[in-house]
Amino acid sequence: MKKKIQITLNGKKTDLEVPSHRLLLDLLRDEIGLTGTKEGCGTGDCGACTVLLNGKAVNSCLIFSGELDGADIVTIEGLKIGPELHPVQRAFVQEGGVQCGYCTSGMLMMSKALLDENPDPSEEDIRFAISGNLCRCTGYAKIVKAVQDASRELRARRT
Amino acid sequence: MKRPEPLEIFQPKSLREASALVKEKGPGGRFLAGGTDLVIAVKEKGLKPKYVVDLKRIPALTGIRENGDGAVTIGALTTMREVEISPIVLKKYPFLARSAAEVGSVQIRNRATIGGNMANATPSADVAPALIALEAKATIAGLNGERTIELEQLFRGPGQTVLAPEEILTAIVIPPVSAALRGDYIKFSPREMMDLAYVGIAVALVFNGDGKTCRKARIALGAVSPTPMRARRAEALLENQTITEELAEKAGAEAAAESKPISDVRSSADYRREMVRVNTKRALLNAAVREPASWIERRDWRY
Repeated sequence: MKKKIQITLNGKKTDLEVPSHRLLLDLLRDEIGLTGTKEGCGTGDCGACTVLLNGKAVNSCLIFSGELDGADIVTIEGLKIGPELHPVQRAFVQEGGVQCGYCTSGMLMMSKALLDENPDPSEEDIRFAISGNLCRCTGYAKIVKAVQDASRELRARRT
Repeated sequence: MKRPEPLEIFQPKSLREASALVKEKGPGGRFLAGGTDLVIAVKEKGLKPKYVVDLKRIPALTGIRENGDGAVTIGALTTMREVEISPIVLKKYPFLARSAAEVGSVQIRNRATIGGNMANATPSADVAPALIALEAKATIAGLNGERTIELEQLFRGPGQTVLAPEEILTAIVIPPVSAALRGDYIKFSPREMMDLAYVGIAVALVFNGDGKTCRKARIALGAVSPTPMRARRAEALLENQTITEELAEKAGAEAAAESKPISDVRSSADYRREMVRVNTKRALLNAAVREPASWIERRDWRY
């Protein structure tokens, strides 16, 4: 059952004809070719597939394409600002918040969603926000530090 | 992870259209709200709906509104995250906001809806005890109009409700509450986040003018019987009494005796009963002595 939908993907209006049952995750990776979004568990427990849907962090493995007409979607490929890495991306690199990298795109999208909502999160706020993003390498300490650095950088830019 | 089989997804724009669709297409269809249960059931548990009716395009189903009389209507498609951060909910019944925040992750709560959670009738649903302690009602729309029932009466068993196939849960309505209401929700769970409750306990207490004598008590339990339940005998022990540690202990023991837990992979029935006893006592004492706390204290609150 194919369905015509129009979405805004990383800022660009995109017309698609997709099977309704295709998961957003598969739509992104297999039909559009944006493979930065990863599949971990497939059941909404690990957060590797996190993207922003209408500005909110969601698990792309739990959304049917048939629900998406009119949606605004941002993936890891749309995170950078112009040619430059987003401050949260740079902070992950500088702090060593990335090891194997599999959880990283989901972690970055969740961190961006947090910082959009709360520009000055406490450590507790950050841990609460990323509780749905599993990382098996870092032990989270450097990820939390990176989000704190990024929040400082973003606030400095605003003033 | 398995992929869903081909599916037809309809997106009606009104309740009438949605109910009529189900009537016309016949049995075997499913309503879709946030999808955080349905998509998993399709991928993991082999559920094969004949068709899916997505309710997200029906504007009447969203939003939290305070009515003139102080009652609060929460549209069925309101997300858990919206309940968690709603200024109305945080002000009037912070323990309901906290129970919503106990569900899954932020990503899940940005999709999962309060109506979907109730209509799926999972015995461990976190918001169910808080809503039942607040004596919430469920508004249901069908082809022949609307009906309202006690939320407690919506559930028939694990995964089962009194909803007819074409009926749609449209809203949760919380009746006006006393300004002197104080409540608490404790989720007892092996991990701080991202896990189901072994036991979920909500209490709502209304005190007399002296601030000490409990005029009305409601205790609701999740995950310890086939449906979320009130502990009515424990409630009766508290009414017109001053809540002391000793009385809270007695009420906890009574609630434990009333609960009907099963043994499963998460814990044994005996352990669950014991956790009802201890955590009912804690919830009562929290509600009786403490002002609503901020999020940061959630860890201290639970353990």
